[in-house]
Amino acid sequence: MRFYDLLLRLYPASFRNEYGGEMRALFARRLQRAGGSGAAALWIATIGEVVFNAMAVHLDILRQDLSYTGRVLKRAPGFAVTAVLIVALGIGATTAAFSVTDFVLLRPLPFPQPDRLVKIWEKTPGYSGMEFSGPNYRDWIGASRSYVSTGFYHIEDVTMITGTEPRRFHGYAVSADLFPTLGVAPIVGRNFRAEDDRQGAPGTIIFSYRLWQTEFGGDPGVVGRTLTLDNEAFTVVGIMAREFNFPRSDSLFWVPARFGERDYQASERTNNWLEVVGRLRPGVTLEQARAEMEAIAARSREQYPKENKDTGAAVYALGDEVSERSRLLLIALSGAAACLLLIACANLANLLLARALSRRRELAVRTAIGAGRERLIRQLMTESLLLAGVGGAIGIGVAVAGVPLLAQLVPATLPIAASPTVDVRVLAFALALTAVTGLAFGLAPVLRIGASPDLDGLREGTRSGGGQKERLRSALVVAEIVASIVLLVSAGLLIRALLTVQAIDPGFKAEGILTLRTELPMPEYRTVATREAFYTRVLQDVRSLPGVTAAGYVSFMPMSTFRGGIWPVSVKGDPNATDDVRSSKSSAVIRYVTPGFFGAMAIPIKRGRDISESDGRDRQFAAVVSESFARRYWPNEDPIGRHFTFAFADREVVGVVGDIKFRGLERQSEPQVYLSYKQVADGAITWYVPRALAVRTSVPPTQVAPAVRDIVRRADAKLPITEMQTVVNMLELETASRAVQVRVLAAFAAIAFILAAVGIHGLLSFAVAQRTQEIGVRMALGAQASDILAMVGRRCVTLAVAGVVPGVALAYVAGRSMEALLAGVKPADATTLAAAIGLAVVMTVAGSVAPTIRALRINPITAIRTE
Amino acid sequence: MSDQAEIGELLPLPPATFHILLALADGDRHGYAIIQDVEARTNGELRLSAGTLYRSIQRMLEQGLLVETRDRPAPHEDDERRRYYRITALGTAVAKAEARRLTQLVRMARAAGFAPTRA
Repeated sequence: MRFYDLLLRLYPASFRNEYGGEMRALFARRLQRAGGSGAAALWIATIGEVVFNAMAVHLDILRQDLSYTGRVLKRAPGFAVTAVLIVALGIGATTAAFSVTDFVLLRPLPFPQPDRLVKIWEKTPGYSGMEFSGPNYRDWIGASRSYVSTGFYHIEDVTMITGTEPRRFHGYAVSADLFPTLGVAPIVGRNFRAEDDRQGAPGTIIFSYRLWQTEFGGDPGVVGRTLTLDNEAFTVVGIMAREFNFPRSDSLFWVPARFGERDYQASERTNNWLEVVGRLRPGVTLEQARAEMEAIAARSREQYPKENKDTGAAVYALGDEVSERSRLLLIALSGAAACLLLIACANLANLLLARALSRRRELAVRTAIGAGRERLIRQLMTESLLLAGVGGAIGIGVAVAGVPLLAQLVPATLPIAASPTVDVRVLAFALALTAVTGLAFGLAPVLRIGASPDLDGLREGTRSGGGQKERLRSALVVAEIVASIVLLVSAGLLIRALLTVQAIDPGFKAEGILTLRTELPMPEYRTVATREAFYTRVLQDVRSLPGVTAAGYVSFMPMSTFRGGIWPVSVKGDPNATDDVRSSKSSAVIRYVTPGFFGAMAIPIKRGRDISESDGRDRQFAAVVSESFARRYWPNEDPIGRHFTFAFADREVVGVVGDIKFRGLERQSEPQVYLSYKQVADGAITWYVPRALAVRTSVPPTQVAPAVRDIVRRADAKLPITEMQTVVNMLELETASRAVQVRVLAAFAAIAFILAAVGIHGLLSFAVAQRTQEIGVRMALGAQASDILAMVGRRCVTLAVAGVVPGVALAYVAGRSMEALLAGVKPADATTLAAAIGLAVVMTVAGSVAPTIRALRINPITAIRTE
Repeated sequence: MSDQAEIGELLPLPPATFHILLALADGDRHGYAIIQDVEARTNGELRLSAGTLYRSIQRMLEQGLLVETRDRPAPHEDDERRRYYRITALGTAVAKAEARRLTQLVRMARAAGFAPTRA
């Protein structure tokens, strides 16, 4: 029989208490009648019967509770809608933030055993990770024993004719062992083989899923087909999976690097351009690999004291490639979402508490007519879980809508897709969040009710909710104020930072410039003469367009896709010379330009002159340098006429221009040197051949875009035109992730602001309602309106002070932790703090207006009569 | 008529519910007596389990088909520990409505040639 009692435990307690005894007696009688032989059969049948019926009773109760909850909520639609919206906002914001943060920071990379994959770098003074040179790669990796395998890659963009138009595609040249190192293989076709990756091997290409879908309609027959890329035949050998985005989400294809002896020759040792990935041997730790690479680098320094001077090695986990800034950005976002969720939950708890208190009578009545405590608690939990469930469902919708907005916070430089998707993992997170919200904040009022199953509630006119309960509710509202202050301050700091960054002078005037790139493929444009003919024709035609005031060509536009390109500088008698060809202190940015580039960019010429058409190969090689360059080498002297050696030749300074921020608004940029596009040997330094056209217009730049495109096409119909955009647009992209961050945080702060105001309003309304009689009595005894005002006002001020003080302190801590994102704005920025505190006061006042008016309108006579 | 609508909503009745109503037709009974009555009425074919019985009773109480009665039977028949149930007016009406529904069903089945004609 003891087992039967155990079985009975499956029933809800209320049911068991009611019928358990009789069921037990009934079963005992049956067992007796069944006798020894029938007992076993009876037991089996009974177990099944009890399990089934117990479930059915539970379901019955749930159905009842749900329909009861439905009726109750229908009677209080304002409460229901508010609660659901609060939950939806909290869960939506948190889930969206989680989906992005999880995607970028938490989730393992989409490769087998991703924690064994490392990035290997050279390390030179001023750079924590420098790409490998071919010879160093071969020597160092050949000497190491830490890796199962390694592979390298470098950028390789190609021109492909699709339809009638030549277009440029962004991809990577990889060593044949790269994909096996990562542990990936094409979904259609095959990997590169060793024989595809030799100097002179016929061209092969593997497509990304995206390229395959967008350009070839997902036709698997494309494998085996031969295409012409940059005038060379390439056979398509494979297609990668959709999830494979390596090394970045914008990678469209991969071709073999086809390295040969020329790539490993001595002169290549300082040409750093290969990114290297390795898979650690089982049992080898990251530290061991690091130590080994350091030792190899040390030997190499002795062997090549000039080329490898000060060159070390660095090994990082591939999963740690996320930049510090992206990491901070996402952590700040998650923190903000957590704050918002906290506010939402505090609000919900407060709502439910207030409601539970105002429902004491109803609950007391139900207790009086025989509902057990367990049934009441169940009923209340059903209610809060139902509210949380509906809110959570809407919240997931909010998250799905919000993720694309947040996707701009996903750095493009990672081997993951450009945008996260709301998947099972994210849904599970949202579900868990919903359950916790519903349980935790349903529990507060339940504990209150459960603790006092007294009949006080039945007594007419009982004032409930005094003392402890009020304190709890006040604490919740204070928590809301604290969290919203933190959000307001953080958002404010980021807005200030955004404004600061936007106010940074890039060194040129971005408004009114159209820019585009024309690839000028080699060998067709190998000679200076062919290029000169092209520039002359294009620039002449462009300059004669109505609305165009200036135009010029440059190697790379500032803040465009390629921002590097520095070259060692040597100046005779330089006292600060480091004798280190790779030190960032004695190198400068190299750019070739046509005359007119400075005019088109509105870069001020401070001294001397622009590069001119007469700076030909038969003349002294000229250079226009930036002010910081002049200051570095000839402080307090006239730089004009000075000489220095740069890019294999002696150069004479003919002009000084203002510095520009070519690496980005928020990054340090090296001094700049501009050279004449004519003063270079045929076929030399082709990477820096001017390919970017800048056109200054007096009309909106996009207006001249079609005409400029036509001009380029008339000059050479086979040239692909890429990166056509306004410079304003380029600058906006520069601050895009910041702007998104600001918008998201500002939205969070605004929601927090409203929720906290609602919370204050709710608390004070309730307090006023609770004290109606007291206020009435006071008024009857001669209290003035000002006394009542002071009474409510005191509450309000106490709340505000209790929230603002710790809020500001916490906000300062939060500001300190994201200082790197603030672009120099101090975490204790007075303007921001004052604004946030001001807003908090507005919020408190706004929340207390209605309750105060209500308190003032109390009619002493009716108020006292209700007692 | 709202009563009619209320009755209609409860139909068709689960078999256990219908049998419990039938068992209570000629007087108040406690749980075990209901089981015995149902068993006898169906020649032993339907033996309600304790769980099914009390689950049904609980629901029927909530639906207002039954009430627990305070009137105890004559002292020598009484069993202090037991609860006695009585059919309500609504319970009677529902049982009649269910019987009507079943009769109609049987009539239709017979017309279609499915049910045996009365001997």
